[in-house]
Amino acid sequence: MSLAARAIEAAGIPTVIVGSALDIVEYCGVPRFLFTDFPLGNPAGHPWRADIQRAVLRQALGMLERAAGPRTIARAPFAWKDDPAWRGRYGRVDPVEAARLRAAGEARRRMQAEAKARRG
Amino acid sequence: MDQPVGYMQRTREYYRALGYETDYVWAHFDEVPFARLSKPLGQARIALVSTSSPADRSNRDAKGVKHVWSGATEPPPAKLFTHDLAWDKESTHMEDRESFLPIRAMQRLAEEGVVGGLAPRFHCIPTEYSHRKTMEEDAPALVGLLRDERADGVILLPI
Repeated sequence: MSLAARAIEAAGIPTVIVGSALDIVEYCGVPRFLFTDFPLGNPAGHPWRADIQRAVLRQALGMLERAAGPRTIARAPFAWKDDPAWRGRYGRVDPVEAARLRAAGEARRRMQAEAKARRG
Repeated sequence: MDQPVGYMQRTREYYRALGYETDYVWAHFDEVPFARLSKPLGQARIALVSTSSPADRSNRDAKGVKHVWSGATEPPPAKLFTHDLAWDKESTHMEDRESFLPIRAMQRLAEEGVVGGLAPRFHCIPTEYSHRKTMEEDAPALVGLLRDERADGVILLPI
């Protein structure tokens, strides 16, 4: 999505990314990024919280209107729910699962090789 | 304030555990383009961009490759397909479309005059491993669609 934002901006249309993977977007380098510090999946706000979603959009629109230059980054003033363990959960590598992950990787590589062969 | 999750390091460790020998190389640029709104926000037509698929997954071709696709903002889609994307399926859910593609919220902001309008279609661009596919195929296609409907500004919400 960072690459898309850059292409749109280069075509003369201003963009703002609203998302939760701060390090990846910052590393790429984009015009404007509003960081929502939530688990991946709900960049605009908690599910069923129209108030938060609206506030996030308003902040993003403000950046579209007022950012002074590229790499403008802001943070939305909302925390995730009462679930402090969420940060450690996504994509974690649990050592007791090493064998299962390795096998999942093998299966994935087979699938990728098959897909590649299909595409020619 | 808590430290943001380091997704790059998390991803490297995860794929190493899956047995991949080389780490993913994320895109990185020294130069960043920048454009300004050509009109006041209250007159600007805003477009929304997501990374989701249609419920029937018709954004895939016969070879299973995903492409840019668009859908109407009125009425908004009842369902979108996101299960194939990398999101935190243990900590949250994506049953509320507004939490990742806030079409209704944008329509209300347009009615209130905060923005000039919402573009008649939202657009989706696939998340790809290949930078080349995104930069040479998908991003130009997306730019064309945004130009066609005269979008003045774009909000992108990656899942």
